[in-house]
This record gives sequence, C-alpha cells and structure tokens, in this order.
Amino acid sequence: MALDQSFVGRTYPPTEPYEVGREKIREFAEAVGDTNPAYRDPEAAKAYGHADVIAPPTFVFSITFRAAGQVVEDPQLGLDYSRVVHGDQKFAYTRPVRAGDRLTVTSTIEAIKSMAGNDILDIRGEVHDASGEHVVSAWTKLVARAAEEV
Amino acid sequence: MTAKIAYADVEVGTELPAQSFPVTRATLVRYAGASGDFNPIHYNERFAKEVGLPDVIAHGMFTMAEAVRVVTDWAGDPAAVVEYGVRFTKPVVVPDDDKGALIEVTAKVAAKLDDNTVRVDLIATCAGQKVLGMSRAVVRLA
Repeated sequence: MALDQSFVGRTYPPTEPYEVGREKIREFAEAVGDTNPAYRDPEAAKAYGHADVIAPPTFVFSITFRAAGQVVEDPQLGLDYSRVVHGDQKFAYTRPVRAGDRLTVTSTIEAIKSMAGNDILDIRGEVHDASGEHVVSAWTKLVARAAEEV
Repeated sequence: MTAKIAYADVEVGTELPAQSFPVTRATLVRYAGASGDFNPIHYNERFAKEVGLPDVIAHGMFTMAEAVRVVTDWAGDPAAVVEYGVRFTKPVVVPDDDKGALIEVTAKVAAKLDDNTVRVDLIATCAGQKVLGMSRAVVRLA
C-alpha cells in the first residue's frame, strides 16, 4: 500500500544532542582508511584554521541516519524497513563537524513517491550545534521495494 | 579553510589523482562498528542471500566515504568540500576471501563555479561496474 502523502512536510522534534568525540572521529577515519591529519591531529587541524580535529565529510551520516529513524520507525507512516535500500545521499556543509560539537538533528519528510510499487521517501536532516549554528544539511533517499503479493 | 589547490590553477577537465580502495569482510566489520550501521547484509552471507543479494555487500556510505577521499586528498583541507552527493546504483559485492573487492575512483573538474568553487564529478567502479551515479562534489579552492 502506498505511503500516506499527508506526511510530506512533517517535521519531527530535534534529537537529543550527540557529542562528537576526537576518538570517535579517529575510529571512523581509521575504518575508512583515511590518514588525513586533520582527522587526528589538533595541530594539523588548526593549521587549516579549525578549532579542533574535524570529521570526514560522511561521518555525520551516523548521526542523521539515527535521527531519520524517528521517521522510518513512525508507526503512523508504516514504512516496511526490512525492504528499504539507500537510494541517494547528499550533504551541504556550512562548516565541518568537529570534536566537541554537540549536534542536534531535525528531520523533515520532503517527499513521498510511489513508483512501480516502490515507496520512495526523501528525508532532510538539518544539523545544528549547541549555539544553534547550522552545520550541515543531509538529504537521504530511502526506497522501500515493493512487497510480493501474498 | 585552506585548500592547497588554487582556483586559478584548475580548468574544466583537470583530472584529480585516481585512487583504488580495497574492501574486505574485515573492512566492513570495522566500518559497521565505527558508523553504527549493523545491517547484517554487510557481514552475514546467509542473511544477504535470504534477502536476494548475491553475497555480502559493502555499506553504500562506505563507498561514498572512500570516493570523496580522492577529493579531500587533492584539496588538502577536507573542509574544502562544501557539497557532496551520490546515487547508489550498484552494490559492491565483497567475497569472503583475503582479496575482497576493489573500489576504483576517478574524478575531474566538471565546472568552475562562483566564489572560488569548482564542481568535481566522480566515477566509482567495482569489477567494471559503476557503483555510484551522479557523484558530485563542490569544492572551495584557494
């Protein structure tokens, strides 16, 4: 059954703050094999003009995707998550995520489409720091493949 | 923000140094832990096959993270990336052996934009197939 169009435009409450730690950034950089010193060495990050080590560009997805869970698991929306694949991902950065940030995410459903029985859900996550400054916007497209007829 | 590449020094068509990124089952386990994405399709062959996949596949976000390294290594300061988006077109299938899979990434400057920014178009392939589509980054140069 197609998802309810009336959910388009719905915004969910901001998440509890996620505190970004230096060691978490290092762990992520090591997991993707990235040796850029801006991710591990505060002095190297400062040489680029940052207050502390910064996170790789896709690091913030861990935070925005967790926030999108509010949407995905909303029982009223009724998305079958076992059939969901990640279709597209995009980020627009106001500034990089850095160690010490306390980030909240506000998720909004931007679009719901139905194509060939697949449900396509576009979620925008707006990430702000503790002072309310915008850090990054994340657009996530989820595709729930059509269920087989029972 | 201090990119080490100057806007004046690049032209449309300028190629960034290409890179290849190996991915094994161990890589995926490590990425799952670091990212918090524990979907079993990324480490459990039985589960992956049950949901219709050929084998365990890499996280799309892992591939996205690798591809942008071509851009951040070129720019120097990772914060030079002001926009980055991809479409996940094909999965990176990771066999259970020591060799795993290889993600190959090329990139070139596709357009010079305002405010010292350029659009870089990326191509990521694995086993001869394109795994990312519409893969683009906007980068602010010096």
